[in-house]
Amino acid sequence: MIKVFVPIDDASCSVGANEVAHEIQNQAKLKNIDIQLIRNGSRGMLWLEPLVEVEMDNVRIGFANVQEEKVKELFETNFLTNNNHPLTIGVVDNHEWLKNQTRVTFQRVGIVDPLDIKDYENHGGLAGLKNALKLTDSQIVNEVTESGLRGRGGAGFPAGIKWKTVLNSQSDQKYVCCNADEGDSGTFADRMLMEGDPFTLIEGMTIAAIAVGATKGFIYIRSEYPAAIKTMNKVIEIANQSGLLGKNILGSNKEFHIEVRSGAGSYVCGEETAMLESLEGKRGVVRAKPPLPAIEGLFGKPTIINNVLTLATVPMVLAQGANFYKSLGTEKSKGTQVFQLAGNIKQGGIFETSFGISLNDLINKFGQGTLTGKKIKAVQVGGPLGAYLAENKFNTAMDYESLANVGGMLGHGGVVVFDETVDMSEQARFAMEFCAEESCGKCTPCRIGSTRGVEVIDKIVKGENKAANVHLLLDLLDVMTEGSLCAMGGLTPLPVRSALENFPEDFSLISSQVTAQ
Amino acid sequence: MTILKEPDYGTPAVSNDQSVKVKIDGIDVEVPAGTSVMRAAAEAGIQVPKLCAKDSLNAFGSCRMCLVEIDGKKGTPASCTTPCEQGMVVKTQTPKVERLRRGVMELYISDHPLDCLTCPANGDCELQDMAGVVGLRDVRYGFEGSNHLNEETDSSNPYFSYDSSKCIVCNRCVRACDEIQGTLALTIQGRGFNSRVSAGGTDFMSSECVSCGACVQACPTATLQEKNVIDLGMPTRTVLTTCAYCGVGCSFKAELRGDELIRMVPYKDGGANEGHSCVKGRFAWGYATHPDRKTKPMIRQKISDPWQEVSWEEAISFAATGLKNVQQKYGKQAIGGITSSRCTNEEVFVVQKMIRTAFGNNNVDTCARVCHSPTGYGLKQTFGTSAGTQDFKSVAKADVIMVIGANPFAAHPVFASRMKKRLRQGAQLIVLDPRETETVKNPHVEAKHHLQLLPGTNVAVINALAHVIVTEKLVDEEFVKERCDIEAFEAWKEFIALPENSPEVVETISGVNAQEIRNAARLYASANNSAIYYGLGVTEHSQGSTMVMGMANLAMATGNIGRDGVGVNPLRGQNNVQGSCDMGSFPHEYSGYRHVGDDSVKELFESMWNAPMQTEPGLRIPNMLDAAIAGEFKGIYIQGEDIAQSDPNVKHVKEALASMEMVIVQDLFINETAQFAHVFLPGTSFLEKDGTFTNAERRINRVRPVMASKTGKSEWEATCDLAKAMGYEMDYENAAQIMDEIAKLTPTFAGVSFKLLDEVGSVQWPCNEKAPLGTPIMHVDQFVRGKGNFVETPYVPTEEKTNRKFPLLLTTGRILSQYNVGAQTRRTANVAWYPEDVLEIHEADAHARGIKDDSWVHLQSRVGETVLRAKISDRVPAGVVYTTFHYPVSGANVITTEFSDWATNCPEYKVTAVECRPSLRGPESLLVNSDALVGK
Repeated sequence: MIKVFVPIDDASCSVGANEVAHEIQNQAKLKNIDIQLIRNGSRGMLWLEPLVEVEMDNVRIGFANVQEEKVKELFETNFLTNNNHPLTIGVVDNHEWLKNQTRVTFQRVGIVDPLDIKDYENHGGLAGLKNALKLTDSQIVNEVTESGLRGRGGAGFPAGIKWKTVLNSQSDQKYVCCNADEGDSGTFADRMLMEGDPFTLIEGMTIAAIAVGATKGFIYIRSEYPAAIKTMNKVIEIANQSGLLGKNILGSNKEFHIEVRSGAGSYVCGEETAMLESLEGKRGVVRAKPPLPAIEGLFGKPTIINNVLTLATVPMVLAQGANFYKSLGTEKSKGTQVFQLAGNIKQGGIFETSFGISLNDLINKFGQGTLTGKKIKAVQVGGPLGAYLAENKFNTAMDYESLANVGGMLGHGGVVVFDETVDMSEQARFAMEFCAEESCGKCTPCRIGSTRGVEVIDKIVKGENKAANVHLLLDLLDVMTEGSLCAMGGLTPLPVRSALENFPEDFSLISSQVTAQ
Repeated sequence: MTILKEPDYGTPAVSNDQSVKVKIDGIDVEVPAGTSVMRAAAEAGIQVPKLCAKDSLNAFGSCRMCLVEIDGKKGTPASCTTPCEQGMVVKTQTPKVERLRRGVMELYISDHPLDCLTCPANGDCELQDMAGVVGLRDVRYGFEGSNHLNEETDSSNPYFSYDSSKCIVCNRCVRACDEIQGTLALTIQGRGFNSRVSAGGTDFMSSECVSCGACVQACPTATLQEKNVIDLGMPTRTVLTTCAYCGVGCSFKAELRGDELIRMVPYKDGGANEGHSCVKGRFAWGYATHPDRKTKPMIRQKISDPWQEVSWEEAISFAATGLKNVQQKYGKQAIGGITSSRCTNEEVFVVQKMIRTAFGNNNVDTCARVCHSPTGYGLKQTFGTSAGTQDFKSVAKADVIMVIGANPFAAHPVFASRMKKRLRQGAQLIVLDPRETETVKNPHVEAKHHLQLLPGTNVAVINALAHVIVTEKLVDEEFVKERCDIEAFEAWKEFIALPENSPEVVETISGVNAQEIRNAARLYASANNSAIYYGLGVTEHSQGSTMVMGMANLAMATGNIGRDGVGVNPLRGQNNVQGSCDMGSFPHEYSGYRHVGDDSVKELFESMWNAPMQTEPGLRIPNMLDAAIAGEFKGIYIQGEDIAQSDPNVKHVKEALASMEMVIVQDLFINETAQFAHVFLPGTSFLEKDGTFTNAERRINRVRPVMASKTGKSEWEATCDLAKAMGYEMDYENAAQIMDEIAKLTPTFAGVSFKLLDEVGSVQWPCNEKAPLGTPIMHVDQFVRGKGNFVETPYVPTEEKTNRKFPLLLTTGRILSQYNVGAQTRRTANVAWYPEDVLEIHEADAHARGIKDDSWVHLQSRVGETVLRAKISDRVPAGVVYTTFHYPVSGANVITTEFSDWATNCPEYKVTAVECRPSLRGPESLLVNSDALVGK
């Protein structure tokens, strides 16, 4: 039977994948052709979606940008056996975009049927968990520590050290919480993983649970991801039925249960302590640290909180070993990063590769510049709280340390491109406005500062007491950076300051006016 | 003293055996591990600027004023949320943190009115103070930006207002409502710049707020402010004193300007309340200056005559002559007196002394007769002391809390907050109550077991609980063997194991599911620490004393006596019930519960008082009333008690009073009893008293005069004057001298003096050579009586039974905003919450009688009738109705009967067989007519 793949990924569906899938089945029926239609995840080449794949001679041939009305034509050209239709892109795995990637976390996304646990296993799934079950808890933690895996949520804290703290905390109850409140603009890797290879996340959380002695896990998914919520719930059900979750994981006598909780639209609930409050049924407000969530987390119990990508990388680390993983990347940024290319870019999507690739390669070589064809003016790396980098920083290596050195941050790996028509004063204002909109309201610098920030930028742009207001803005940025309770208020100054410093002309200023006094 | 500003260390004290050393601004400090940098700094005398921190609340970390620099640590951590680590070097003042603090303050003030000079909090505003400390000189943002300056003020609460325009969103009110009071009525609504304090989305008065005042106290600005301060201005001096409402005995700072009381603020060092309060103590003290208050002595020949204001001398002489005449005509025993649990130990002591000396008899009793007399009897029989075993703090260590016949959330709210805190930490709750009270179930805690027994079946249920413990071998054998009288135990064990005490049999009597009893017993017996707290639902029964002993048996059998977190604890109704009992107010006992028949004690008193003492016990209150009706008891001195409203079978009480020839009432108001008086001696409110109150934990607290006596005399002076006028010399220079005499005559008070109390704040008796600073927990190594005594407690049903004519059981209680007969709270704005007594009735009972919610209902017992408003409620089971007795007009006690405790005559208020039917008219229609009795 011929296998046909049509992504079920939300990005693909937003450009008609469901209709295409339906029509393919329709046409096959009409033509009496027996096909097996698989709704896979996206391969991450979003500019090619809907990307239909047909398995021929054990390779998958791609047909890009297939629309419902093109399906009939595809059948007429016998696309199931013949790859000469104009929409074909040939063997998908040989595509330049994919060939140049090192897919570790995303190794199965787009390949497997997300809801088929057998398919998952056939593609290397559960190997990590099976290895983990042979190890002691501290051996698992050591393996993760040794691999150099760092938190992919943004802070980049070594996962193994966090786990060790939880392991060493004595408690009658521990939790594993997966942060899937992926709220950064221009990021979508968590979603694509959950929609495309959800068992990996389940497996990663289970390994984490076994490592620290947790029996209960939560996946906190933003409500804007209904498909991911649906998929994860379905997969948990399958995992429970097949013994991957429950009271006796793979016959090991170990217990772990997972529940999905959906957010309610607050960006700050992606901050780990606000997420805990929300999980506890309270207002999504940030907690002061210490106590660290690893010691007093959910309901006051020791809790692992990791991002989707962190946890989804764990099965691979356990399957292939710490040495394999740490052989990738740079000295301090080990492994791979799932970059998400977005904004005004010709080829946007998932680009997973070892740390250290240059920003220039990402946006120009693989991203192929802007969609509008205009010159790139600025790139915001690391979500709405990340810095705007100007052309003179495009050669920066994409790893935690190098980005920090140029005043930026990697964050969750989002890369958003702007062409030369962007007004950076508007972007600076937007950063403050975003903070004002999303601030939980607990600490003063963020609660009041963000609103004042918008007002002061408006005054600067209007030309009111320019020098004094620039001075005031820089003071405010300091107060927010140094004084805020969490990264929301603490990092909002980053895009603002970078816009000011790198693009003073957009504020009708010269650069000497925007350096801190 | 000038206004007392208590030091605030920013975060709560940490108890930890391990300590760490840190250096803060060059000063070495050693603190328990886990202490915040802010608190360590405060202990070193360094105040780090702060706005959201308060040492009564957990660290929150929101205001960002307390940022410091720590060697080796990144950035500027908040000192409130950063725990001290060994060797830490902290700098609280650096150019960097100074700049940041000023920047944060600039943000605050950019959204705050600049009306400091006309602001009610002027001079008592932390925002103002901190703006000064950080040296803010300019708000460069201007004031034309987004702000909350025009938000409306919520003035719905009678005592305080919420002015949102002044709010800095520090969350202290929200946290106080959560962490201190435990009501969680407040929250923050909205996010970011729109974050505002909200009483659950409605105004304060319509919200779940219980008006405890914790939020007002926590507020650093004028946002939550006492209306008195808004109207009158800031107080300038403080007098430390003790609340005169319930038996919790909260310590307060009375804050005055001149002699005008501006506000009462709970005192952090108060042993009972540790800085917390309830709506009554905090706000409902205005009755002291209510226009109804009588401040001049008055007399009249006949009770049908109008009152005549006279001088103190004339009133005293008239009263003395009257009493002497009665004694001449009817004999020495024909007069007596009643002491008040509202008055100070010193005032009570002199009244009983006057009776035993000037009156020459033992006819003294106290209003505790009608509330906690069984406690005294029962705990003395079993443990050896007529008092509770613990301090209130002890509840924080309890793992299982059994509340019996009490509703602390309404009646002892400050203790309830402590209890709720513990329950929210995971302690389990068992409640024995016929009603589903707020203690049984509220939005944040719920009893694991609610043994919803029929009124009058307490003893059966406590026996069943003990039966399970004995028959399921849950007895703490070691404790019993070591600490208790084994013979008594064995006898009790045999008795309690009888089938008649089994849960299955008791289920048929009490209506409580047998399995539920078994589970509750197992829970109580199996916890590390189980504590019993009880109220009048235990004592005010024909088997009140039996029940007290039943609880004591249970505690002893499970080893739950003699340490933190356990015990048997009465929740006393009135401020000085414990004290008035301690002071020798009983006809059979001198101070310290020593029998009048004991020769050595008698000799001691005779030599000290220089008067002959009687060895025969005198009359109890009900005996006095019966004797009055029989024509043998004709004169009475009633100190601050309204027996014509508070005692059962009011009709009988009033007839007794009307038959007397000399009734002297000492009170603040012309109360129901004063209608029958010949002499009215104006009393003093607690704000005018100098003395001590003893609370339910045996804590002797100082009551200090906040204002001069409005009557020109202390109450004890009036008593001494009367004694002298009757021929017995009794003189004291001040109340301290009375306490000195008490200490000399009472072994458990031997170490107590005003001087000691002024030094250490308070002590819990026994306070003597062995325990110079008092005894928080009793029976630690051995029981006061030596070996703990198990007493057999057979269940004997009350004679008050339902029948076809009276098929419902009435039980009574109280609510949060009102107090007792309401003499005080009805004369305050507390009436806003509870304007009248209501009858709670189950829907089925109401339906069967055609009674509608909110309509008048006529209630009748064998002895009387009244009319109340009906409230259909699922808090009472079918067959049981419930009301309060806060309003004289509804006169709940008109219908309560004279059945009483077999040992102490404590009335059986909690069980009255009644019937009810709809009524077209209100209670005025059939008020038990005092006028008829007094002959008008």
